[in-house]
This record gives sequence, structure tokens and C-alpha cells, in this order.
Amino acid sequence: MTQNILEMRSITKTFPGVKALSDVTLEVARGEVHAICGENGAGKSTLMKVLSGVYPHGTYDGDIVFENETVEFKDIRDSEAKGIVIIHQELALSPYLSIAENIFLNNEVKNRFGLIDWNKTNLEAKKLLARVGLDEDPVTRILDIGVGKQQLVEIAKALSKEVKLLILDEPTAALNDADSDHLLDLILHLKEQGITSIIISHKLNEIKKIADSVTVIRDGKTIETIRRADVSEDRIIKGMVGRDLENRYPDHTPHIGEEVLRVEGWTAHHPQDVSRVIVDSVDLTVHAGEIVGIAGLMGAGRTEFAMSLFGHSYGSRISGKVYKRGVEIKTRSVDEAIRNGIAYATEDRKMYGLNLIEDIKRNISMASLRKLVRGGLVNDNEEYKVANEYRQSMNIKSPTVLAKTGQLSGGNQQKVVLSKWIYSDPEVLILDEPTRGIDVGAKYEIYTIINRLANEGKAIIVISSELPELLGICDRIYALSEGRITGQMPVSDATPEALLKLMTLEKQR
Amino acid sequence: MSDTAVKTPAKKPGFQLPPTLSHIVSDLGKNGIFLALIAVVVLFSITTNGILLRPQNISNLIVQNGYILILAIGMVLVIVAGHIDLSVGSIAAFIGAFSGVLIRDLGFPWWLAIIGALVIGAVVGAWQGFWIAYVGIPAFIVTLAGMLIFRGLALITLGNSNIGSFPEEYRALGNGFISFAGPDAAIDVFTLVVGALAIVGLIVQQVRTRAGRLKYGQSVDPTVWFIAKMAFVAVGVGAFTYALATFKGIPVTLIVLAVLLMIYGIVANRTVFGRHIYAIGGNRRAAELSGVKTRSVDFWLFVNMGILAALAGLVFTARLNLAGPKAGDGFELEAISAAFIGGAAVQGGIGTISGAIIGGLIIGVLNNGMSIMGIGIEWQQAVKGLVLLLAVAFDVYNKRRAGASTSR
Repeated sequence: MTQNILEMRSITKTFPGVKALSDVTLEVARGEVHAICGENGAGKSTLMKVLSGVYPHGTYDGDIVFENETVEFKDIRDSEAKGIVIIHQELALSPYLSIAENIFLNNEVKNRFGLIDWNKTNLEAKKLLARVGLDEDPVTRILDIGVGKQQLVEIAKALSKEVKLLILDEPTAALNDADSDHLLDLILHLKEQGITSIIISHKLNEIKKIADSVTVIRDGKTIETIRRADVSEDRIIKGMVGRDLENRYPDHTPHIGEEVLRVEGWTAHHPQDVSRVIVDSVDLTVHAGEIVGIAGLMGAGRTEFAMSLFGHSYGSRISGKVYKRGVEIKTRSVDEAIRNGIAYATEDRKMYGLNLIEDIKRNISMASLRKLVRGGLVNDNEEYKVANEYRQSMNIKSPTVLAKTGQLSGGNQQKVVLSKWIYSDPEVLILDEPTRGIDVGAKYEIYTIINRLANEGKAIIVISSELPELLGICDRIYALSEGRITGQMPVSDATPEALLKLMTLEKQR
Repeated sequence: MSDTAVKTPAKKPGFQLPPTLSHIVSDLGKNGIFLALIAVVVLFSITTNGILLRPQNISNLIVQNGYILILAIGMVLVIVAGHIDLSVGSIAAFIGAFSGVLIRDLGFPWWLAIIGALVIGAVVGAWQGFWIAYVGIPAFIVTLAGMLIFRGLALITLGNSNIGSFPEEYRALGNGFISFAGPDAAIDVFTLVVGALAIVGLIVQQVRTRAGRLKYGQSVDPTVWFIAKMAFVAVGVGAFTYALATFKGIPVTLIVLAVLLMIYGIVANRTVFGRHIYAIGGNRRAAELSGVKTRSVDFWLFVNMGILAALAGLVFTARLNLAGPKAGDGFELEAISAAFIGGAAVQGGIGTISGAIIGGLIIGVLNNGMSIMGIGIEWQQAVKGLVLLLAVAFDVYNKRRAGASTSR
């Protein structure tokens, strides 16, 4: 009998075309708090999905040994039956049901007639809430309590399933400081009761506070597992970013011209929870021919900044000033933003960027149909010609522009999105995760296109969670943390370590 | 087994169509709904011993289904944008009653009554569009409410009675014919001339489109197939107008329909507004982030539907020469069925005006054919329901197959 409650041995998981996990090993000792660190896309969540049975046995290679027994989970119920409970970043609670109903969802307390015993349900719920230190009436609806308390309800729900191993995916990402502290204390408290936890987090100070050991994952591989005594932010950061930067990026000699875009004091609040500041007084400039990067961890407000700027597509109570070539402009609607020469290519092209059931041609013309109108009607021959020109110049791999974009690969879809925005003839191009989910070869092509646009005098903002990418293609990089710009540096001065430090810099309170 | 595999040259699958033929096959596949219409027509001309295709019946088919087809045109656009409209039957009834009041009680001339009715239709549409687009209430709810509201208003307007005896010009909208032949003439030459002009017009338009596409290096139908299609269109339209010419001439309803078909065909494919409808239906969020004013498009879509519902109400009232409380009952379901049978996607983004018209005609032929055969209304309902279900199931199945083949 070993000390380990969990051993994941040589886990390899492949998706079509991508190796998400390669020979990953994870050993978690009984009764410890084990942190998993890694950049976005390093494979942390995939690993946890393998563990919890979201990806069932047979879809991955390798063994999972839980409590000295090799387990083969078919689905998430199997893993829960063994006492492994995962709490995802997006909480899985039903907003209109009560706390008690949520805790016992699909695990209802029944009386001898098979009917739900509400008195017992609420009583048991009350006990569980006490264990997580939440003083709320169990009949309160979920939507009437804050997100911090909702997180506690999730944990109470896990406790009701007699959890042995609790997995928390970015548990504090959406919490304020007080709630975060409470949650971390609770994890330590549960540890005393013998519950092992795995916590996935970006926040290095949190990890230092509670973790007994830290496993660093990078590019789908285990880099190392660090014991508590040896844990330091520098060591974790080094493990997270230390990859070789061969010439995966085309050469770029910047020709930087005059200032094109200046944003001052840009602030946006959460669309529903209007008291929460998501983008906090951001100042930023971009010049003609310049590629400016925005680095930030998940939840730092990168996309929220870009989308609130682009036609107020995100957030509420938006304030701040935008100047183009020194003249103030408004961007209250997407149409207005486009007319003012701003384009935004979304991070999620399938959800927000493309009409997947429509062909390449109509996707490219979407943001600039007005340009194709002759005598009140859209000239579809001209549209075909334009689309075909982009197909060739952007090297979109498809026999014709009549192919549906849903049938293209990620790289080609991204080229269609870029074509759409280039055709709208913007002066400022905001590219949000331009190479997410794209294979290496296509990434290089996208970088080349970005360089070409910069050389044509466009001002470009690139948002990316991959630091090497920002360091490889940008001229200047801003770091964003908790919605604030925490620093900026020319790429010549920038190192992954320096950027990560800025990206994890928290507000002084 | 392995022996034969070695002998067969790898590059030659057992059976391969020449390019022209494979183009024709894929073209026919894309126009499956049209083939379905032909199949239904053939089926019922057999089961009715040819009565279905008698000139009088062909003329009736158009006139009897005119209002459904008008509604189907608006409905398919609503569905493409991802909405639904359950209120069109009630709106048609309300507008029919309203026009009756204008003419009978307020003494409006027929043309002013028609214009007034269309304006009220637009106002009704704007009312519903406001709730859907700007308040954000699902169209299903708003138009379900509208269905009750406007049925109620129709009854209030009628005041527990029917309004009948409309002026002849008004009635022409529903059962008038344009003909210059005397009542005894065997055939109306004017109708034939119009038919001939329509054929020439269609061919000229097709040839011009083809030439334009060729000039831009786009692929077009092989010449043989193109000529065959044009010949088919000429024969089809020719036979149709001949039938009309031997009966009473061109129904006014048909002219209304032809004009609508032309206008909305252009609106759907060639205008920014039309393109935006498809963009919204395909991916609302992406359309929004491409600068499409989704709310404004939604709003005007329902204004348009209101006008078309009003027009359908006028045609129906004119045909019966009566505005009654039961008018327009179930129209919404026939129009929605027409759009879906015609290939519109339940999730939105897909659907064509011509598809909806063909879908409407399929329903019309089913109704008409089964009535001639003496099949009771109860069976007619059941059969129509089944056809709708199968048409959509076929569509879903096709899409799933396509989806499965693209995800790998």
C-alpha cells in the first residue's frame, strides 16, 4: 500500500491532429493539496477530464490507479461513485433551484414511498452547508447568492457524495479576495478532515499558500513535481514557460509610424453583476505598422477589453475615451466601430466569428456588404471575385469559395475570418487568440499574414495566452491582470518570466 | 479477395459518372423538393384520373392556395432568421374584417381600403417586431399572444357578424381573371402572349446570369444541361399558361404572387437586408460582431410579415367575398409547414423563397388531390402532418450525415 491516493501513469490523449497529453504522470499523496500549474492549453483540463471520466476509458492510453486499484471510468458517474468529484470553472448549478435541491440533484433524499423527503433534504443540506462554513437557508435559490457562495454550494454538493478526492478547476478565478481566502481556508480545513484536493490554478501566491506539492504541465507533458519545501514562483514559472523558441515565427522588421489608436481610461463592468469591474481603466496606444501584444491569464479581462471596445459588445457601464489619429471617436455599436476603421477577430471563431452553414464567399463579405452594392443590389459576381482573390492571397485551402466554412480546418477558418476583416479595410485590427486550435504550419502562415498587414501600415493588437507567440511576433507587449494594465515593455526587454510576473500581479488592497 | 484488390487499379473506383452527368445528379439532388412536387403531381394525376391537371383545377390550385403562398414567402424569411410567426392567420382575419369596415361602414373606395389595410398590417407587424426585437421576448410567445389578440380584434371589428358584398375591383384580388377573350372563346390569346413573354423573360434572365458568372470565371451548368433546363421551364410554363388560357385567363392572385416572388427573390439574395437575415439565422452572435444590426433586421422582418399577412387576408376575403370570424384559421400552420417542407431549417439560417413556394404547392396539391379523391378532411390532416414530419426528418437526417462526414 503506497502513500498515494491517485496515480495516473503514462496518460496519452490524442484528438484528431493534436496530441493533447503525452505520457503524463501524476501522483497525488493521500491527504495532500496538490496543485497543477501550466499555461492555458497545456493540458491541465484535459488531464482532469481523463481522470473524472468525461473522456471515458478507452479514449486515452495509460492507467489510472485510485486507492491502489486500477480504475476504468466510463463516465463521470463512475468516478463520482469512487469519490472523485470535479468542480468546474463554470459552475454546474441550476440557478432557479434551491441550494438544497442543487446539492442533492440526481442524488435525492427519498422517503420509503420513493418520494422526495423535503424536511430531511433541507436538514442534510443545512449540515453540509455548516461544514463548508456557509450560513444560508437551504431553500434559498442559487441565483440569489453570490458566485463565491455558489462555489461553496458546489463543494457542499461534493461532500454529499462522500468525496475522497476533490478537483477544483480555477476555483478562485471569479471570486473576490475575501471569498478566495475563505475558499482556500476551506480547502485546508477539508484536508484536516482527510479529503485530498487537486487544485488547478494560475495564481501562484495561492498555490504557495495551500499546496503541498505542485505538478507543472507544459505542452501536454509533465515537467516536474515540486514538493512544498522547494516551491517558489520562479521555479513554477520557469517550468511553465521553458520551451525552445526555434524559428517558429517569421522575421519581422517593424516600420512604426504615427499613433493610430489611443485608448484612455477604458473601463467596463460585468454585464449582469454591474458592481464588478472587469476592465479597469485601461490605457493603451498602437502605432501604424506596430504589432502590440496583450498578455494576460484567463480571466484577466483581455477579451472583455477588446469586445467592450469593439462596439460595446461586452459589459455594462462602459467608460473611457478612444482616439484615432488624435481625434476622438465613438465605438458604441459594432457598425460604428467598423466605420471608424476598427476590426476585431474573435477568439472563438466557431461561436462568434463565422456562419458555419454559409460558404466562404458570404462569410468574407459579411462585414462589408455595403462595398459590394451596385444600384441597390449586392453584386454577387463581384463578391465571388473578391472572395476568390482572398482565397488565393490568404492561401485558403478549398477548391472554391462556395465551400461551407463549417467544413474547413481551423487554420483555414481563421484565414476566412481574417479575410473578412481585411476586406473591411480597417486601420486597427484586434486579433484575439489568432492561432488558437490551429496546427503549427498554419500558425506560421497566420503570423506571416499579420506581419504583412503591419507592413502595410495597419495597427495591430494581438491578444494571446501563449507568451512565446507574443514574444515571437509583437513589437511591444502590455501585461493585463485583473482588468488592469500592470505594465508594458518593448519585446526586446521582454522575457516570459518578467511578463508572467506582471500578469500575476494582484491589486494592492 | 486480396487478389482482386491487387488487380483492380487503385485510381479507378468501380463506377464513375462522366462530369456532365454527375453534375446533373448533384443538381437534381439539390432540387429534391422540386422533384418531390413533380412526384406528388404525377401521383395525384393518376389517382384522380387526370382531374388534377384539368385547366379549371390548375387555375383553382393557384387561387385556392394563393394566400398560403403569400404567407409562406414572409414566413420563410422569419424562419431563416430563427423566429416563427403564429399570428399570421389571426392578422389575416383581422385585416380582412378591417377592410370590410373601411368599405362598408366608412365608404372608402376599394383602392384606399386596400392601402389602408396594408398600412394596418405594417403597424401590426411593427407592434410584434417591437416586442421581439427591442424587448427581447421570443417570437413564439409574442406571436402566440398576437394570435389571440388579433383574433379577438377581428371578432370585435366584425361585431358578431359577417361583412360581405365587396366591390368587384376588390373581389378581383381573390377571384378575378385577366382575359380579353369573350366568354365563348375557346382560348384566351392574351394569356398565351403573357405566358410567352414570361418564358422569354425567364430565359433571357437565366442566360444573362450565366453569362455574368462565366465572365467572372465561376462554374456554371454544362451547356447541354442548361439548355435542357431552359427547355423544361419553357414547356412547363407553356403548358401551365395554355391551361389557364383555356379556362378563364390569368388569375389576379397569380399576378400578385409572381410579383411577390420576383421582389422577394431579389430581396433574399441580392439585398443587404436579405443577406443579413441569413447571417443572423446562421450565427446571430457572429452577425452582430460583423456589424449587422440584428434588432433592426428582426423588427423590419416582422413589419414585412405583417404586410404580407394583411395582403393574404385581403386575398382570402376577396375570394370568399366575405370577412368572417373563422377566416384565416390555421393559415399560420400551413405557411409554416410550407416553409419547412420547402427546406427551411428549424434552427434558422437556411431556407429559400422558391422552396417555400414549392412547399406550399405540395401542400396545395395534397389538399386538392385528396379532396378530388373524396378523402375526408380527417385523413387529409393526418397525411399533411405526416408529410411535414417526414420532410423535416429527411432534412435533419441529411444534415446529420453531412455533419458526420465533415467532423472527421
